Amino acid sequence: MTATADHSAPKAASQRNSFWRHFRYVLASNPVTALAFALFLLIVLAAVLGPALVPYDPLATNGARALQPPSWQHWFGTDHLGRDVFSRVVVATRLDLTISVAAVALSFVAGSVIGSLAGYYGGWTDRIVGRGLDTIMAFPLFVLAMGIVAAAGNTIENVIYATAIINLPFYARMARAEVNVRRNAGFVQAAKLSGNSDLRVLAMHIFPNSLPPMMVQISLNMGWAILNAAGLSFIGLGVRPPTPEWGIMVAEGANFIVSGEWWLALFPGAALMLAVFTFNLLGDGLRDLVDPQRRT
Amino acid sequence: MMNAIPLLDIRDLTVEFATRNGAVTAIERVSFAIGKGETVGVVGESGSGKSVTSYAVMRILDRAGRIAGGSIVFGGIGIDKAPEKVMTELRGREMSMVFQNPRAALNPIRAIGRQIEDVLIEHALAVRATAKKAAIEILRTVKIANPEERYHAYPFELSGGMCQRVVIAIALACRPQLLIADEPTTGLDVTTQKTVMDLMVELTRERGMSSLLITHDLGLAAAYCDRIVVMEKGKVVEQARTDSLFADPTHPYTKRLLRATPRLDSQIRDLLPEPRPAPAILPRGEPLLEIRDMVKEFPARNGSAAFRAVDGISFTVHQGESLGLVGESGCGKSTTSAMVMRLLDPTSGAIRFDGTDIAAIPAGRFARSPERGKLQMVFQDPTDSLNPRWSAFDSIADPMYRLAGMRRAEAREKIESLARLVGLPIDLLDRFPHQLSGGQKARVGIARAIALDPKLLILDEPTAALDVSVQAVVLNLLADLKVELGMSYLFISHDLNVVRLICDRVMVMRQGRIIEEGETESVLRAPADAYTRTLLEAIPHPPGHSTVHARPEPVA
Repeated sequence: MTATADHSAPKAASQRNSFWRHFRYVLASNPVTALAFALFLLIVLAAVLGPALVPYDPLATNGARALQPPSWQHWFGTDHLGRDVFSRVVVATRLDLTISVAAVALSFVAGSVIGSLAGYYGGWTDRIVGRGLDTIMAFPLFVLAMGIVAAAGNTIENVIYATAIINLPFYARMARAEVNVRRNAGFVQAAKLSGNSDLRVLAMHIFPNSLPPMMVQISLNMGWAILNAAGLSFIGLGVRPPTPEWGIMVAEGANFIVSGEWWLALFPGAALMLAVFTFNLLGDGLRDLVDPQRRT
Repeated sequence: MMNAIPLLDIRDLTVEFATRNGAVTAIERVSFAIGKGETVGVVGESGSGKSVTSYAVMRILDRAGRIAGGSIVFGGIGIDKAPEKVMTELRGREMSMVFQNPRAALNPIRAIGRQIEDVLIEHALAVRATAKKAAIEILRTVKIANPEERYHAYPFELSGGMCQRVVIAIALACRPQLLIADEPTTGLDVTTQKTVMDLMVELTRERGMSSLLITHDLGLAAAYCDRIVVMEKGKVVEQARTDSLFADPTHPYTKRLLRATPRLDSQIRDLLPEPRPAPAILPRGEPLLEIRDMVKEFPARNGSAAFRAVDGISFTVHQGESLGLVGESGCGKSTTSAMVMRLLDPTSGAIRFDGTDIAAIPAGRFARSPERGKLQMVFQDPTDSLNPRWSAFDSIADPMYRLAGMRRAEAREKIESLARLVGLPIDLLDRFPHQLSGGQKARVGIARAIALDPKLLILDEPTAALDVSVQAVVLNLLADLKVELGMSYLFISHDLNVVRLICDRVMVMRQGRIIEEGETESVLRAPADAYTRTLLEAIPHPPGHSTVHARPEPVA
């Protein structure tokens, strides 16, 4: 996760060792978490190494082999232009993962900053931020994302920004609540007595303590972000053909389901489902990892 | 008073908890009995298994816990093997429980009268139509004024003491035979503690009930119990009638516990297991902190008048002196300390510290002021005051990095010497707060506060959350550190017994004003103000060796 800012960077090697021991413990104690991390590793590997490993060029068309059902030669069959569906599904992982990771990272960072400030300072800051977030939440989120992409231009960057904006209120609200309950804690006062300025207290003392629930939010949001990106390309926004992307592939394949060529839509759909499923499962494991109370 | 057949008979009770590292025995072969109409106190420090014992009796151990051996017989019923259905009938009806935190024990979104009705209806002692009348009657028995109006009140509208009365009302609603009170007055003021305990004893005696009082406070147990069971590390080490236990304790742990509990006549060194020479007395020097007419007003909210938390107080702390500030919750002592600490700006008044008027520097900017390091604080709750994500080392190092501009390498040496000074083993420095005991956390907090050699240390109830034996050690440590580092203390507490051990002078605060001030000995021996006298009388004392029969009769 790019978003898990390592605030304990100057810790010695022994600290790092204990992290891995803790990581192994978290995996061993909960088989579901272990499964989630294994699937996550698979997705990351597909994203990094996928293009080098796939048997066919995902863009190469071959009219002679169009619309072939799954076989040993083409595991997931071929599409209407004769492209190998398996290769396209694997290669698409990188793009979908990039969009969702970038969007979630953006909304996590921006939402945390806005929400923490609102929670810490309260008063007018809180009111303005709160009403701003309410405004975003007042729109059907997917429609808002559509509007942003349509207005700002049909590019991948804009899909990322749109996804980040619709996810931002969730982080901001959570950060606000988590910071708010801790702003008068004893250790916060102690930090002020130690000569920390308000912003430093917020960034170094209060915010890191609100990370565990944020981790759950991040992993849930990763699933939504992938769905959202796929959804946008499904309706023709953002990514454009012939780029392999799960949403487009489902959209293109949907036309062929009625004529019996189910594999065009099923496999990218299944990949999408697997990715969302993985990120949803990952949440509890991530929370256990960043919670020092569980490290004994 | 013991009948032939006791009401509750616990024999060889063993409770185990399943944990990460296998089963852990929480209590082992605990045996004691409670006769009809008897009040038994279970005394012990945290981790002694006193609460687990009571949970086992009520069969409300959490899922990881199980009764691994022994028997509990209550009124002829074997509780350890009784089916859940029988227990549901018994709980509340035949035995009930009063918990430590009354606010947490009440449902926050239900009017208190309704909550009493629920219990009555659940146990078929009332129907909808008659419940309200019965609930109001019960509120009246726990001496809640205006029960008709209070019936509609929500827990947040009532004080802690009032909430505890409601909890007692609920516990006694079905006239059970046994009342278990688990630290019923921890967190309440001494005067409230006295009224709540007196009420509880009065009601249980009136009805011929038995009760089990679980407490860490030997003084409280001495004042209200017929017999005392002392527990240590899951085992019963001694049980005896209250007077003989205090007159002639046999087990070394009981002796240690008795020693560590401050009495009217004990000196600070008396609390320690081994005798040590009394701490040196620092000569009283120049005025270090001068407070003049300090006022803090909180602005009015929806129509009510502005609230004066601190109402024009003046006092002086001299160099090398310990000044005690005593008062009950809501008297303004915490607001006073926050203003002196410069975490909060006073509405008006002057705070002169070491020759400069620090009230002129806004609280927001004081964090970077050179005076910051000279003015430090030890907080009340050692757990709450340490960042859960920082190791002990990082917590102690924080003021050194921020205020003294030290680097990690320079800081290490100083931190290790600080750890030695406060008696914290060096290898614990890399641990996180949740891996440290209460006493160790308190030491980390003290080490952090003295890291920059402050001139004035505010101690905000530094031992309130600690066991008595740990309190004894921490108080002595503070007394030694003061001499060694030449510090002055402003000691804030509700416990006059503890204040007496540490402070040269004492101030009593009430409703934002200082109502009495003077040398500690003279204020405590001959209080001039009626309120001070009430405070002093409310503190339960364990009887001294010479004053065995001085046990106060609790029935009002």
